[in-house]
Amino acid sequence: MKFERYGIGIAKGMALTFKHLFRSPITVQYPEQKLIVSRRIRGNELVWFLDRCTGCATCAKACPQGNIEIVTHVGTENNYVVDKFEVDCGRCMFCGLCVEACPYNALAMGRSYERSQYRRSDFVLSKEQLQLSDIRQPSGYARPLVEAKLPRQSLLINSKQKDGGQKLSWLGLSKKRGRGV
Amino acid sequence: MTLLESFRLFLLNMNWPDWAAYLVAGLVGIIIVLAFVVVLVIVFIWVERRLLGRFQIRLGPNRLGPEGIFQPLATAAKILMKEDIVPAKADKIIHWLAPVIVFVPVLLIFAVVPIGQGAILSDLNVGIVYVVAVSAVSAVGIYAAGWASNNKYAMIAAFRTVAQMVSYELPVVLAIIGVVLMAGSLSMTQIVESQTIPYIILQPLGFVIFFLGTIAEMNRSPFDLLEADSEIVAGYHIEYSGMKFAMFYLGEYGHALAYACIVTTLFLSGWQGPWLPPILWFIIKVFLVFGTIVWMRATLPRLRVDQLMGFAWKGLLPMAIINLFIIAAEVLWLPQINLWILVAINIAAAGVLILLWSRLFTLGGGRVEV
Amino acid sequence: MALQTEPFILNVGPQHPSTHGVFRMKVTLDGEVVLDVEPVIGYLHRGIEKMGENRTYTQIIPLTDRLDYLASLTNNLAYVLAVEKLAGIKIPERAEYLRIIMAESMRISSHLMAVGFFLNDLGAMMTPVLYMWREREKLLDLFEMVCGQRLTYNYMRIGGMSHDIPEEFLPALKKFVAEMPKFLDEYDQLIAKNEIVLVRTKGVGILPKETAIDIGASGPVLRASGVKWDTRKADPYSIYDRFDFEIPVGTTGDNYDRYWVRMQEMRQSVRILEQAIAQLPTGVVQADVPQLLRPPVGEAYGHIEAPKGELGFYLVSDNSIAPYRFHIHPPTLINLTALKDMVVGWKIADLIVTFGSIDVVLGEIDR
Repeated sequence: MKFERYGIGIAKGMALTFKHLFRSPITVQYPEQKLIVSRRIRGNELVWFLDRCTGCATCAKACPQGNIEIVTHVGTENNYVVDKFEVDCGRCMFCGLCVEACPYNALAMGRSYERSQYRRSDFVLSKEQLQLSDIRQPSGYARPLVEAKLPRQSLLINSKQKDGGQKLSWLGLSKKRGRGV
Repeated sequence: MTLLESFRLFLLNMNWPDWAAYLVAGLVGIIIVLAFVVVLVIVFIWVERRLLGRFQIRLGPNRLGPEGIFQPLATAAKILMKEDIVPAKADKIIHWLAPVIVFVPVLLIFAVVPIGQGAILSDLNVGIVYVVAVSAVSAVGIYAAGWASNNKYAMIAAFRTVAQMVSYELPVVLAIIGVVLMAGSLSMTQIVESQTIPYIILQPLGFVIFFLGTIAEMNRSPFDLLEADSEIVAGYHIEYSGMKFAMFYLGEYGHALAYACIVTTLFLSGWQGPWLPPILWFIIKVFLVFGTIVWMRATLPRLRVDQLMGFAWKGLLPMAIINLFIIAAEVLWLPQINLWILVAINIAAAGVLILLWSRLFTLGGGRVEV
Repeated sequence: MALQTEPFILNVGPQHPSTHGVFRMKVTLDGEVVLDVEPVIGYLHRGIEKMGENRTYTQIIPLTDRLDYLASLTNNLAYVLAVEKLAGIKIPERAEYLRIIMAESMRISSHLMAVGFFLNDLGAMMTPVLYMWREREKLLDLFEMVCGQRLTYNYMRIGGMSHDIPEEFLPALKKFVAEMPKFLDEYDQLIAKNEIVLVRTKGVGILPKETAIDIGASGPVLRASGVKWDTRKADPYSIYDRFDFEIPVGTTGDNYDRYWVRMQEMRQSVRILEQAIAQLPTGVVQADVPQLLRPPVGEAYGHIEAPKGELGFYLVSDNSIAPYRFHIHPPTLINLTALKDMVVGWKIADLIVTFGSIDVVLGEIDR
């Protein structure tokens, strides 16, 4: 264990670190700048389409945890009417097997990943909360028609700087502030 | 004649009594030095976090205040608001005293640092000996902190402290003696004024030994085994929280500032420089030294404790002794020669010694038969 | 007169910055020298093997993601291979090539993480971690593009993959493969000849060749000790016999060799990726498999070369929709049994570094 290379190895390592001082940073200032997520993201929520669901419960059978609870009664036109469709999103692991299993495209994953609540019981989402709204948009996972309309993902490898960093405007960051800062 | 001396004489000329002039001049000096230290320590904390972030291709903290300059104040406020927990079986008096013993010597060093031409708190004629003596006291504080915490991880850190601090004092002092021989005096102002060529060029080996020795004394990477986060989980300050931890934290950056100032004074010719006012040159040089220290922290992994001791006793100490002989020979037999010839001789000697030592000596032990 | 000393027991507890998860070691120390190491595991036990007996074959796939959570796709691949062996299913060509592409990208990602945190244990203050995570981030973006998640992918199915890749995947992957060797050279410049790394890892924590074969080690730990054994060449699964790559083998089996073997494996993975992208055919990506699969009565063992070693799944079926017995062969648990032999006699700093070089993930050890 002699000091074999007279300190040249350390000097080359320090030269590499010094070169990195002149590369742009690869982090973004969240929450002022958000990256565009993938078109097929399995976000932390589900979106349910009331008009397409027939109450067949294939999704409930496909779930590994048993998170979906469906109660139906027989309706007048030889169909099932869904009384209760509850998903326990706190236990859900967002694997997407239910979305793949649905034969009528009535269930889709969501696009948001910022769904924290204060109580665990707030995670059990009922029929009305699961439907499409402006804060609950479907993602393209296993739904090619939805996927075709969504914007492209922002990739680190495609960033404009030739050394791979993100472009940041220094003074602009200091002026913008998030909530509570 | 320092600036404070002239201020005191000015007060005496205005018919103040003797003791009042001395007291007022002293207080003014102390307040200026303390303000300098506190402001620069806070700026150092900010510089370190942002610069370390830039080395690691990320930004540092930039939310509080424009570009994050209020971050150190927020850190200080957070630490002060934390609960002060003392372990049940800890030695309460020593647990309380240890941060004080670590922090106060740092402030004492700044009494003899020349910030500008004549701007020094007290121009002791044994300035550098005072610095060496005072800076050795912090080692006792760190060992006391490790002992008083009643925690095995802290004890391991305390074992390592004693070994590391004691063994790195010797090369540091020998490198200082080399500088003192060339300068001809122990007083800090004399050392600065005698550097027509900065001693980093005249004594490269002395600079390398002194720089590595002070990084070891400051417990920074690559010698930061005392607080090795990945092995002994914060080492000697594992059981400290609240204001006592703030003392350790500020003490670490205060040490960095103090030793950076000493390096600047001894080897980089202090406040001398062409156009800017002297205090600005001093601050620029201190920041350059600190930037190099942060650069080494960002790049290098740490040494093991027996390799650290091997590096001090088998590597730095013999080189420091040989360096001292060479400098003494030059001062004794070639006093009037052109300084650039001495530069050439010293750089050649440094190269030969570093090559020889890398080939011949092993660093650290191997496996112990159990 | 000799000084009277006594050894003391230090608890490198479940909560520690460097134990790569919740892992506890009772270390007997004499000063700084390690005399004995006793590992205590089980802090992350979740009962995955028992849960597997109550779920259908497709529902187990998200469970296997969570075993070695840093290399999820190779877990999926091993399980799906075992089921296909059990049920005798043949998968389309495009799915085979996609599986190779995903598995090799996963190997690069896992090795980047392992080498980065090995250096973090050595003391380099997160700098190599962040440099390597820049490359890993590019790979995670690509995985997110394909299957929607960045850590637990759930992408492989019995009979192929779940969906086809989008059209912007291949250009981005080609760009990554073209740039990667330059970054690997940069890492070598930072680490491979650094004197402090050499002084701390060369000759430390040696695992001799016979001990490695005796305990049944596999993966980079085995190859660094000098044994040329790789499941991709010794018992080729999928279509690995169509690609041209080498197996790096170390000489002494110390920490530096384990790090070196992982760096060379990353270069070989880049080579395989280039060949696979060039040969990718068109077609469907999933064979026709019933939704509730009932394999015939029997047993199968499907094993692959995961980034950490040989990962195997043993399935026993009794012609129902869920397996009768579902057992996992974790490579890191078997590699970990050699820890005491590697570390006794060295110092406490070497204990942490050697443990980091075995590259454990607690999800796999405790299941």
